[in-house]
Amino acid sequence: METPLTANIRSGHEPSDIDAYRKNGGYRAVLKALRSMSPAEVAQAVRDAGLKGRGGAGFDAGLKWSFVPMGSDAPRPKYLAVNADEMEPGTFKDRLLMEGDPHQLIEGAILSAYAIEADVAYIFLRREYRLAARRLRQAVAGVYHSGLLGRNIIGSGYSLDIHLHVSGGRYMCGEETGMLNAIEGKRANPRSKPPYPQTSGLWGKPTVVNNVETICNVPHIVNNGAPWFRELSHTDEGGTKIYGASGRVRSPGAWELPMGTTLNELIEEHAGGMQDGYKLRGLLPGGASTDFLTPAHLDVKMDFGSVEAAGSRLGTGTIVVLDDRSCPVGMVLNLERFFARESCGWCAPCWGGLQFAVELLTDIEAGQGRMEDIDLLESLAKMLGPGHTYCALAPGAAEPLASALKFFREDFERHVHEKQCPWNRA
Amino acid sequence: MVQIFVENKPYEVKPDQNLLDACLSLGFDLPYFCWHPALHSVGACRQCAVKQFRDENDTSGRIVMACMTPAANGVRISIDDREARAFRAGVIEWLMLNHPHDCPVCDEGGECHLQDMTVMTGHSRRRYRGAKRTFINQDLGPFVNHEMSRCIQCYRCVRFYGDYAGGGDLAAFSLRSQVYFGRHQSGVLESPFSGNLAEICPTGVFTDKSLKRHYARKWDLETAPSVCVHCALGCNTIPGARYGSLRRISNRFNGAVNGYFLCDRGRYGYEFVNSPRRLRQPLLRKGRSGPAAPVSATAALRRLREIISDSRVAGIGSPRASLEANFALRRLVGPAMFASGMSEGDWRLAQKTSRILKEGPARSVSLDEVRRADAVLVLGEDVTNFAPMLDLALRQSVRQMPVRETSGAIPPWDDKAMREAVQQRRGPLFIATPAPTSLDAIATTAWRAAPDEIARLGFMVASLLDKSAPAPAGLGSRERSIATAIAAALGEAERPLVIAGTGLGSEAVLEAAANVAWTLSAGGRTAGLCLTLPEANSMGAALMEGGPISRAVEAIESGSADTVVILENDLCRRAAPSLVENLFEKARHVIVIDSLINPTVARAGVALPAATFAESDGTFVSSEGRAQRYFKVMPPSGEVMESWRWLAAMGPAADAWRMVGEVAKDLENDLPVFSGISAAVYGAGFRISGQKIARQPRGYSGRTAMSADIGVAERQPPVDDDSPLSFSMEGFQGEPPPPLIPRYWAPGWNSVQALNKFQEEVGGPLRGGNPGRRLIEPAPGRPEQPPAPQPPFFNLPPAPFSPPAGRWLLAPLYHTFGSEELSILSPGIRQLAPAAYLALSQKDADDLGIGAGGIAELETATGFLRLPVRLAETLPSGVAGVPVCLEGLEGIVSPGEYVRIRAASRK
Amino acid sequence: MLSREEKEEIEAAAAAFPVRQSVAIDALRIVQRYRGWVPDEAIDDLGELLEMSTAELDGVASFYNLIFRRPVGRHVILACDSVSCWLLGSDGLMEYISGRLGIASGQTTADGRFTLLPSVCLGACDRAPVMMIDDDLHTNLDAEKVDRILERYE
Ligand SMILES: Cc1cc2nc3c(=O)[nH]c(=O)nc-3n(C[C@H](O)[C@H](O)[C@H](O)COP(=O)(O)O)c2cc1C
Ligand code: SF4
Ligand code: FES
Repeated sequence: METPLTANIRSGHEPSDIDAYRKNGGYRAVLKALRSMSPAEVAQAVRDAGLKGRGGAGFDAGLKWSFVPMGSDAPRPKYLAVNADEMEPGTFKDRLLMEGDPHQLIEGAILSAYAIEADVAYIFLRREYRLAARRLRQAVAGVYHSGLLGRNIIGSGYSLDIHLHVSGGRYMCGEETGMLNAIEGKRANPRSKPPYPQTSGLWGKPTVVNNVETICNVPHIVNNGAPWFRELSHTDEGGTKIYGASGRVRSPGAWELPMGTTLNELIEEHAGGMQDGYKLRGLLPGGASTDFLTPAHLDVKMDFGSVEAAGSRLGTGTIVVLDDRSCPVGMVLNLERFFARESCGWCAPCWGGLQFAVELLTDIEAGQGRMEDIDLLESLAKMLGPGHTYCALAPGAAEPLASALKFFREDFERHVHEKQCPWNRA
Repeated sequence: MVQIFVENKPYEVKPDQNLLDACLSLGFDLPYFCWHPALHSVGACRQCAVKQFRDENDTSGRIVMACMTPAANGVRISIDDREARAFRAGVIEWLMLNHPHDCPVCDEGGECHLQDMTVMTGHSRRRYRGAKRTFINQDLGPFVNHEMSRCIQCYRCVRFYGDYAGGGDLAAFSLRSQVYFGRHQSGVLESPFSGNLAEICPTGVFTDKSLKRHYARKWDLETAPSVCVHCALGCNTIPGARYGSLRRISNRFNGAVNGYFLCDRGRYGYEFVNSPRRLRQPLLRKGRSGPAAPVSATAALRRLREIISDSRVAGIGSPRASLEANFALRRLVGPAMFASGMSEGDWRLAQKTSRILKEGPARSVSLDEVRRADAVLVLGEDVTNFAPMLDLALRQSVRQMPVRETSGAIPPWDDKAMREAVQQRRGPLFIATPAPTSLDAIATTAWRAAPDEIARLGFMVASLLDKSAPAPAGLGSRERSIATAIAAALGEAERPLVIAGTGLGSEAVLEAAANVAWTLSAGGRTAGLCLTLPEANSMGAALMEGGPISRAVEAIESGSADTVVILENDLCRRAAPSLVENLFEKARHVIVIDSLINPTVARAGVALPAATFAESDGTFVSSEGRAQRYFKVMPPSGEVMESWRWLAAMGPAADAWRMVGEVAKDLENDLPVFSGISAAVYGAGFRISGQKIARQPRGYSGRTAMSADIGVAERQPPVDDDSPLSFSMEGFQGEPPPPLIPRYWAPGWNSVQALNKFQEEVGGPLRGGNPGRRLIEPAPGRPEQPPAPQPPFFNLPPAPFSPPAGRWLLAPLYHTFGSEELSILSPGIRQLAPAAYLALSQKDADDLGIGAGGIAELETATGFLRLPVRLAETLPSGVAGVPVCLEGLEGIVSPGEYVRIRAASRK
Repeated sequence: MLSREEKEEIEAAAAAFPVRQSVAIDALRIVQRYRGWVPDEAIDDLGELLEMSTAELDGVASFYNLIFRRPVGRHVILACDSVSCWLLGSDGLMEYISGRLGIASGQTTADGRFTLLPSVCLGACDRAPVMMIDDDLHTNLDAEKVDRILERYE
């Protein structure tokens, strides 16, 4: 089984420096692209590979790039923004990639930038990733030193600067247009779409935002081609995926596996099954803003299409496991508190609806809820759905809420009837 | 036009708008908050949700925000859809989670958009049991009250204040349901447009602080259409009165003029009407220098007729009095004895202004045309302080070019996307003034120079655009390159505009501006020209052609007159003290008609209490040349009378005029330049369904108890002979023709947003057209076909500025708050008016040995003056700035005067 | 007054952006690194340096949770309160830390040693529960481990 993204990563060790990285075939893709491929060809290779964005929404990366105006009369400068904000609760995959192999990300960024003829790339990193920041900073300096960044890279006529930008801290910065505002030094409210960032992004110029993992795939696609990439996967969505699991599993962690690995395999084999004395009650397949699935879904293949067919989303592919000794209402309350706290305050359904939801959930969890509160929560979840809000934060918040009400309704009702939390740990 | 379907019925609507625009224009009630017709869409509140269907077979549809969805051909929506209705009810419920429900003690109550929308969406039961977030309020200064706990986070305030009006000191802080809208810390809001927050805010967060001190609900305010008296732009207002005092001014929409907004001078200047300095009774002086004693109107008139019948009378009119009052005076004294009431300098400038506009091919632009101009040159004027709303208009014009370049991809109504795409880019705006202006920050180039140098720059620009225009000699290379950039930008523009005016007191600058605008008015393009004037009826007074104040003084001095009637004019502010002295010395009788006790009134032999704008009807001609009628909001009380009535009553034609319309008619007959001023308004006999238009709204409370303190019988309301408006709640309450709209109200729409229901389309002109009649149209431009006559260029560019050694040129500096005569009597405006000072460049101050905070002694033609010095970095050397008419400086500035300055020893 | 070092660092950071004001967040963080937090007068000074109004800049500063607009202790504890840590008992742990330090979440100890802040998921869910103190990540926490860790910060 090939694990291109993590092949270079040895936990507990410093990552390869540029020389070691190059010895292992690193930056070969950059040399290849800049010497023998046009930007369009790089973009096409990614398009052919069917690389879907790994940041959560699963949007086809090559397709996204194709919306960027190209050619000599395209607006300039153009930008690439690498989304390294990773603040989705339950998600810790990009940390692994950046701490473990920073050059892979930089190589991917150079290639992605080249494909859209970007002049500048920003790596937008959350503040708490101190180790990743140090390693990336070191790596970037090394790449400049070796002449693979800067003006007229290896005589190709292509120039690129990469800046590491460390966030002021907010979940909203991960939302792609919120990130644009954050990079511009503004409040990270999202922007109106359309126009999409590909045509009007940073400072009004064409910009592509991609997730760290998405970008890390690009060098391998350029090196090995689309057919190879598609072969890596169990399903027709190509590549590998960094999956992870947290919660009461025996060995929580993150693993690079073929796209489409089943939930069962992930939990039972890689995460080692549930801890002793705990049973699987439900799970969020890809971070806080995905719908709950239940033990009945263990056969679901973890790719974008299959998880969606099962009623949830692959999201970031990092599973959060709910065990039978934790209160589902408490878990949903924890999630909604997070979303309410991180709401940017721009649109009313989000700041108001989530405040309301938290209030109702707090009451129910405390044994002070009423039956009609449950219906109210249900209608709230519906009203926070996609298209009803300005960005995807609130719809993301609605997903675990709506699905919890579907799968754990009796737990909510027990809280109301018993006037206390049945799991009360006190 | 495109066709859209609402509830499956087809409607024709204009393309290039969003569904909210379209639905409101079609008359549907669709709730909204974050959208505003002047600020457009950002999609924040999600209140305007409707259901959109793919085609006629789609029955499920999806929720979209009307304000963010283009009204494209074939779009099918439902407003009434169950899910859409439920969603909108949900939005209101969320908005109300933290709202304190304190309507009974909230100033917004009764005209609250949030109340209206809550009722419209049917949210009436509270399900939220949690705690509400509360905030600490800030003291934002004398104009705007802050009550943050009422906020619903629609972001309109910061969008207006920052994005639209360019203010930097109001922002959104924090996030989630705790966004705080306010200043960094308590303090006076810096923008001169802050008062608009009270109308922009859909609830009671920002309210009118001046109203608070003498509060009345909207439904208890008697209102009428009026025109602002605090500068020459002629913004339309709705004053509101109760129990004989004026309580507030709010905006009256005029698409061609002020649109949705007013400046703070216009909004808050009104309190002079209630001032204790009001002259409420005629005063008659015993002998020449005896004490002045109050007398009845009858007694005063008896005495006046005696005086008039055996005197030769000269009259001094006023640029702040109505056309009708000025004309009544002109009738009384005869054209030869009538002076316009301006100083020598102002008169010359006003004459030049009106001639340039009448005789040249450039168009005197409306404020709306300023907003739409795509390249602007400002020569000499500090518009923010002189004519504030022009500043707000210019802030929109600099967006024209970048927005045009960006649209196509982004619909112009998508304000958020548009601003993100446009970023900091701005279209050309060039400013040349002696002192810094607050528009410099958005200018392409802001250039500091002495008035003559500013004129020379203008002449240069004109000569670059058209070789036949005269070029100034010996222009520096920097000036040349600025002129070249200006000429290029204006030359390329579709709607170029030149702004100049009388504020700087330089005729040469006016001429230069005319030359530029005239060179640009060729080849089928008509350039805009905006020439500012100081007072509400300066243009009217200029067109009436009466000559300066000195004309009347000369008449007295020469003996051709022995008595003078002074109309609404404090001569001490406009004329040299010696001139005023002379007049009072020589005239046998001085009769003054004015509303306030000022130094001129204080010396009058007979002083007559005049009605203010709030108690009278009349016509002002704005600097654009737009004649606009204003109407009484309340009847004059006691012995107070409208000026024209005093004038009519004291003259031989005592009962020739019974109503103001008759005066206007005679004026049109006598002076054809004014013809049309009556046509624009509706005569006193105008009725709708046989009814007069009610000044009081239907909800007016205590109708039968209004005079309970006087007697239990319900008294007859005062009669208004002058207009088709009535002083009561009886009468027509619907939608009258635009010039007569006394307030905006429609069923279910109690807030100012009811205005939507009065417009042809939202944001568009009032149904029936924008009020006012333009009196000045450009002379036909240069035809394209030869023989092309040369334009009437001014031919004398001034020589380079070189002040005589040891002398400084006095440049007038205006202050939004403080330079204007009437508004300064409002406590809030007085609070913000600076103290008198002298502005000098650093270099000049150093040369004089005056440090910051030092005192300068000024020797002017009229005497000595000690003033603290303010250093103005960029003031040209040889120019000293003197604030106009700040307390202690009334009447001292005569622009263009050279003075001596020396350091004064500190006392 | 901004120090020379602060100014130099800000100018250097500004080079990464085509628009000067975009350095705002970096600038706030630079000041915070030197002073521990961002006091009002620094907002004024930065506004001037970046040609932004104080209000606008504070609007930005107050949006982000890692820009401190109030003084913090010598060490800032970011205790993760997101879902994976919650599932492993982070709320109990938070209470424990609160009790140990004698402060509620959001407060600073009287001796100015610690400020305790709840934090969004720290991206170490496989090692939950976790917290960060200053720049150090501490994982697989329990009460006993917390005791030992806290001692290391003076
Ligand atoms: C509230 C919110 C937070 C997000 N946070 C992240 C994040 O931390 N990292 C990320 O890669 N994508 C995040 N996303 C998704 C991004 O908006 C965007 O879809 C993604 O970065 C695009 O990259 P991709 O196409 O390569 O997946 C977030 C989205 C939302 C709505
Ligand atoms: S859904 Fe609305 S309030 Fe929530 S984060 Fe997005 S834009 Fe902000
Ligand atoms: S008015 Fe449409 S979202 Fe606010």
